[in-house]
This record gives sequence, structure tokens and C-alpha cells, in this order.
Amino acid sequence: MKKWIQFTLNGEDVEHEVDVHKTLLKMIREDFDLTGAKEGCGAGECGACTVIMDGKALNACLVFAVEADGCDLLTIEGLAVGGVLDPLQVSFIENAALQCGYCTPGMIMTAKALLNDNPNPTTDEIKEGISGNLCRCTGYKKIVEAIEFVVKDQNA
Amino acid sequence: MKFVGKSVKRVDGIKKVTGSLKFVDDIKLSRMLYAAVKRSPHPHANIISINTEKAEAVRGVKCVITGDEFTKRGGLYLEDKNFLAVGKVRYQGEAVVALCAETEEIAQAAIELVEVEYELLPAVTDAVEGMKADSPLVHPDLAEYHWAPVFFPKPGTNISNHYKLRKGNSPEAFEKAEFVVENKFFVPHVQHVPIEPHTAVAQMDVDGFVTVWASCQSPYAVRQALSVAFDVPLNKLRVISPAVGGGFGSKAGTTLEGILIPLAKRCLGRPIKLTYSREDEFENAYVRQGLHANIKTAVDDSGKIIAVQNEFVWDGGAYTEYGVNIAKAAGYASAGPYDIENVWTDSYCVYTNHPVGGPYRGFGMCEIHFGIEQNLDIIAEKLGISPIDIRRINGMKPGGTTGTGEVVSTSGLMECLEQVVSDIKLHEKPVSNNPKKVRGKGIACGWKAPSMPNNAASSAVIKLNEDGSAHLLVSAQDIGQGSDTVMTQIAAEVLSISPDKITIRTGDTDHTPYEWQTVASRITYSAGRAVFEAAKDAMDQLIELAQIKLGIYKRDLELRDGYVVSKIYPDKKVAIADLAIGLNFEDGSAIHGPVIGRGAFIPPNVRNADKHTGLGDHPVVFWTYGVQGVEVEVDLETGQTKVLKVASCFDVGNIMNPQLLEGQFEGAIVQGLGTALFEELMLKDGKILNKSFVDYKIPTADDMPEMIIKFVENPEETGPFGARGVAEPAMVPSAPAIANAIYDATGIRLNTMPMTAEKVLAAMKAKNSKG
Repeated sequence: MKKWIQFTLNGEDVEHEVDVHKTLLKMIREDFDLTGAKEGCGAGECGACTVIMDGKALNACLVFAVEADGCDLLTIEGLAVGGVLDPLQVSFIENAALQCGYCTPGMIMTAKALLNDNPNPTTDEIKEGISGNLCRCTGYKKIVEAIEFVVKDQNA
Repeated sequence: MKFVGKSVKRVDGIKKVTGSLKFVDDIKLSRMLYAAVKRSPHPHANIISINTEKAEAVRGVKCVITGDEFTKRGGLYLEDKNFLAVGKVRYQGEAVVALCAETEEIAQAAIELVEVEYELLPAVTDAVEGMKADSPLVHPDLAEYHWAPVFFPKPGTNISNHYKLRKGNSPEAFEKAEFVVENKFFVPHVQHVPIEPHTAVAQMDVDGFVTVWASCQSPYAVRQALSVAFDVPLNKLRVISPAVGGGFGSKAGTTLEGILIPLAKRCLGRPIKLTYSREDEFENAYVRQGLHANIKTAVDDSGKIIAVQNEFVWDGGAYTEYGVNIAKAAGYASAGPYDIENVWTDSYCVYTNHPVGGPYRGFGMCEIHFGIEQNLDIIAEKLGISPIDIRRINGMKPGGTTGTGEVVSTSGLMECLEQVVSDIKLHEKPVSNNPKKVRGKGIACGWKAPSMPNNAASSAVIKLNEDGSAHLLVSAQDIGQGSDTVMTQIAAEVLSISPDKITIRTGDTDHTPYEWQTVASRITYSAGRAVFEAAKDAMDQLIELAQIKLGIYKRDLELRDGYVVSKIYPDKKVAIADLAIGLNFEDGSAIHGPVIGRGAFIPPNVRNADKHTGLGDHPVVFWTYGVQGVEVEVDLETGQTKVLKVASCFDVGNIMNPQLLEGQFEGAIVQGLGTALFEELMLKDGKILNKSFVDYKIPTADDMPEMIIKFVENPEETGPFGARGVAEPAMVPSAPAIANAIYDATGIRLNTMPMTAEKVLAAMKAKNSKG
């Protein structure tokens, strides 16, 4: 069974007919070819599929696509506007906070939502905030540093 | 140096932070089909019958295949595996039937309709038991298999390789020894857990050309394996690895790609995709082999190790085409980074009905050091000397001799040791602020050599463009370690052009030149050297042309900032751009044509060791040495261990990129911490009990300790700009250092990994009840 939904996707209004059983992740990857969000586990345990819906980070693999109806959806592809990188994206590169890059889009989206909610997180709050996003490469140190760097920069 | 040794930012950074890098599962091709696989529910069983009729009748199913149609065995070092089971299954999860269909949903629904009848066989679920003469055989036909002559399978048993090392006279030394310490250690299976599950797409065209897109570390090795297994000539088989979302060894060699080729042969012109679920990843990608180690060490009263005798029994799983070399690597490294006169080692790779063992960061070293480094602390305590002194006395120094009898010219182990002792403040006893918690510190040394065939080769091509920019072509894969950036830095340094003027392209066997594999911590060293040679070749061509253009002899010319410049009169120069496509003369004629640099490299003079004794003067290209120190806090009420601080120091050769290098160590330390404290693939009767992230936890940001990372730089003479391999060695001492710290904190010694809260608590209770 399919249903028409309307939502904002990376700043653009869209109307889309989607299978009611399809997850949000499958919809953005398959129907919109926005493949930045990844399926690492399909069970909400790794965070590689993190997107921001109405300002909140969520695991797109755990949400049905129809739940996006009427919402404002931001994926990693919508973060850099007009080719200008978000400060978090710049900081991840500058601080070498990525290696293989598979968890990176989800990690950055989680960090983005974290800073939206709490612009001045402590180091422990950052660690806690990203603890639902698994990274097997970096050991997390440079990721935490990259987020701290943005916080300091905003306050400077 | 302008670019090498600097923290040049990742050349793949923007693509990765914007999500625009396309990994294999992100590829969508027109008319794509989707594969699904029927897997064995049993660890060991004969296949009696397979009925695919119902699946074939489902609308949208294009073709169904079984192993009977493709019976040729393959494998990297020992040809023991089929991509689909033939006749019997040897582990739970082994692929039995595959099909492809118009959608993923149809494929998944149809595969459920495949019926397989099995006759159960007794399973081998313990490697030590599996070595016994009366054990059931996992591979009864082992005698008929092909293997590389440096391995020693024992047909008629489950032993797929028996590696022997016999240096000096260990039995005699043990008789004379004043102190002998012998302990058993066990390291269970763990999984690599790349965040990207394995995935591949394959397509065969009507003209017989096959293209495979694979998330793989080694496109050339995959091409070779598929060519042999399916009789496709190499010139008609193209393997593309566009990006790899973490490997750690799990994407070395060939796993799921072989399931797709037979399907592609049946569905000409249609690309077919197979992506592992997380459950598949735990069950059907490689796992790290389990290890039962017995380590016996003889010392004199000064603390000098006189002899060691080791037995390693590796739980290799159902297929050991790759695992046989882990047993070998562990064997020749079995003395650890110590100068010991008498060494006796038997390292056995044993078939079991467990998931398939394969290469994992460290390639056996993390596992053997868990025992070696704890045994050393046990000895030190018995002798009443410090863990530092026993390592000072025995640690490898330049001029020392390895277990295989090789004289070592370079070792910064002692400098690393002193650095770590200082950084972790090993002499200061840590105290917890919480009376219910205790703290302790521990250290461990480690070493590793690249475990690869002697002739593992690399190559590189540099094409200069009309504007003086360049394309660098290699098949070294950036699996996260940053090789794209480091290769670019090396080429930029030699050509003296900015890294942003070089575009690197990798991982396409039709278009990028040969690379053996992205494994063994060999890429910076070996591919880097090929890039160095390619850049030098391009440089030589430019200078040849410039000497004609400028009328200056070539020995007085050099490349500087995009120009060929006179060393004596710097204003005499010609732009690289003006020579890149050849040298033009005033009369309109021209010579040479486009400048294309070519570089090739094989590690020099690496020779086979003696078959019977394992002794050899240069059996590996180099050794990488280092030390880790850790501080832990153990909760006396729960047994929970928290790693508070880690100090690491390794002799890495000359540093290519400090920031990326640190990243390798930080990642390795946290990965090592996970295996030390909580990661274990729980196996019961051959079945995996925890194949999800709910039940198999890997470290999160909350687990991250404070990390102090330092380096010693004794250059590797044959490496590019003195570089040595480091990415795997970085993880080797992690687990034993934590074990030694737990002992320091609590007085309990755990001989099995992982050192979970339950085990620590139980051991503390047992110790307290003994008084």
C-alpha cells in the first residue's frame, strides 16, 4: 500500500508517494538517491543512518518514511549549502576526524543536532551525545576534538 | 621537505564529510538485480538434496544456482573453499544456494522457499580437540588440495598448517634453567566490525567481459581469485573498489564476490548486487581466529630469558585459505620483540566447524602477545624485578637476533619503552578517589612484520597534464588509513608540486596498476615506494628535456615549485607545464611526448626460511616495534574495568603525516581496548549467539581513554623517505597492557580475553575466598 506524503527535504518542498512499509532510510536512499546516510545495521544500533527531522537527530532505519509527512528533513547532502561546507564539516577535515568515512555523515548529523540543542556542550556531553554513533576507525578522539573545535570557534 | 612529514589534510575529506563519496552499496545501475543467499543452519552436515523449484517459480526470480555447478576450489594460500557449498556444509551460515531477482524483497521471499535436506555430522567445535586423531574431519579430502609450498597441512587430520621454529637447543636450555614459567592463554574469536558491511555488484556482458564492484581491500587479489575460480581470463575481468568503509583485514581476499559471478553468467548484461546484513557480517565475513596458547619461558636469575617453548593452536574455522598464514606469521614472531637464544615453537592452524577465520588487524600478533607479555610480567614478579627491567634486559636492540636468527639492524624498542614508562608515570602508584575502586598500571611491548609473500609487489603511474598538474594511479586502497593522502604527499614531494595539483585514482584493475593487496601495514612502505619511483621517473624525464631546453647539464637541475630549475642560477628555469606533453622547439618540431612516470617495487632480498627449522636471515622485510602503557580503574563491586589512560610509543620510521599517523594509533588503541574488555563472538556448538550490535558491543565514545601518543623515528632504509608500516602494530600491545594493569590493580591475572566485568569479579571473589 502506498501513501502520498509532503515534506521539506534539504530545504525543498517535495510530494512523494511511498510504500507505507518503507523505512525513511530506504526512501531517501532509493527514491531520492541521497546515499550519504548509510545502513550499518538496520536496527538503530550504529547511527550510520542518522538524519535530522524537525531539528532532532534520528536513526532513519527505525522510522517509517510516512512519518516524514509534514516534517522538515535534513540529510548530510543538505548540510553544505551552495557548496559552502558547514563548520562541522570543515572541522572534521581539519581535525582528521574521519577515516573510512562510512560513519562520518551520521556522526556529523548527530553532532549538528547536538549543537543545535546545546551550543556549549562539555566534553562529556559531546561523548555522551555521539555515543550512539559507532566508529571503528578513529577511536573517537579526533571526532570529539572536531566538535569541541566548532564550539570554541562559535564562542570566539 | 615541503609535504612529507606534514599534516596535509585528507584528499578525500570533502567527499566524505558531504556524504558524496559513493560506496558500493550506494551504486544503483540500470536493470540491476538483487541476490539472496540460502545459508546452512548447521555447523557440519552433508547436503542430501536441494529443491529450488518453488523459488524458481516466483515471479521476478531470474535464476537460482547451487554449488554443484561450480565445484572448483579456490583460496589465497591453500585452495580449500568454494563460494557455494559443494556436497557438505562446514559452518553455520555457509552459503548453499543463491538466487537473484528483480527486487530485494522478491529475492528474500524466494530464498525462503528453497528446501535443503541435510544429514548432520558431528561438529568440531574446539581446536585442541580437533587436533586429536579421533576427531571428525572437516576436510577429509585435504590431501587433494593445492597449497603454496611454504605451508604444511597434515592430510588425514584437521591441521591445515603446522609451522615449526627451532632455534638453538630449547630442550637442553630448559633442563639447565633456574626458573621456568609456563602458562596457558586463550583468545576467543572476535569480529572486525567495519561499519560498512561487505557488498558487491557483478555484471557479465554478452561479450564475456565481467565487471565487479566490490568493497574490497585488494582488487587485484579479488580479480585473481575470481579468474581462477570461474575461468575468466584476467583481461576480461575488471574489479573496481570505489571506496571501502573500513576493512581491518575483513575485506582482504575474497568473500561474497564469488557468489555473484555464477549468477552474472546466467543473467548476461544485468548487474547483480549482494549486500550483507549486519547478521551476515558477523556470520559470513571473516572473523579473527581463536587462539589456545601455551607459553613456557626459561630465565636465569638475572632475568635473562634463556629459552622459550610455545604451542599455538589456532581455531581456523571451516576454511583456512588465509588463516594458514596467520599461524605461520605467529610462529616466526613467537619469541616476541626479545633477543632469545633458544626458541622452540609449534604453531598449528586447525580446521573447526566455526566461522571462517581470516586476517584481522595484527595478523596473529595481538593474540600471541596477550600471552607473551603477561608471561613476562609473571616471570618478573617471581624474580623480584620490575616489568620495566625484564623488558630492558631482554628487549630487542640493534644487533640483536630474532627468533628466526635474523640479526636486527634497527630497533627503537628501548627508546619507546623509556618514553612510555615516563608518559604513563609507571613508577607512581595510582590511587582512586573512590574507595570502591582500585587503580593499576601495566605495560606491554609488541612487534609485527608485514606477513606477506616475499614477492608482494606494488606499482604506480604518474601522468603529467598539460597544465603541469598530475594524475597518480595506484591500486593501494584507502580503507580509512589515509593512503590516498600519503601517496599524494610522496608524489608531491618528489615532483615539488602542491598536493592539490595531484589527483589520485585507485582501485580499478582496468585502469590502475598492479598492487598485491592493501594489507600487512605495507601500503605506505611498498606502494609508497612505487609512487616515489614513479615520481622520480617522471622527474628524470622532465630533467632530460629541461637540459636540452635550458642548455644546462642535468646534474645541475632540480624540480622546484612547478619548475625545472638550475641549482646554480635559479632564474634559469622552465615550467613543468611546458615539458609535460613533450619539448617543443622554435622551428615547430617537438620531441618525447607526454611525460608518464612508472614505478614498481618488490621488497628487496626477502627470502624463504628453512622448511624444517623456520630459521632465516631475512624472512620478513622489517619489524615494527613499540610499547603501550595503560592505567585502569577496576570497580571492586562490579568487576568493571575502565581504561583511564593509554601511553603509546612506536618506532615508526620517518613520519609521513603526523595527524593521520596519530589517527591510526588512536583507532588501534580503542579497537584493542574493545577486544581486551568486552568483544567476543560467542560460540556454542558451532553456532554464533551474538550476531548483532545489541549483543556484540564495540567501543563507543564513552569508552575512549586519555591517549598520549609519541613516536621514535629510526628510518626504514628501503621505505619511501624512510617510512615503515605501523597501522596494525599499533594495536598489538593493547590487550596485554590492560591485563597487566588489571593485575597491578587487583592482583588477579586473567588468562582469557575478553576481561569482562563478570570474569574480573569472579576472579576477585575466588582470590578473596582463598585469602
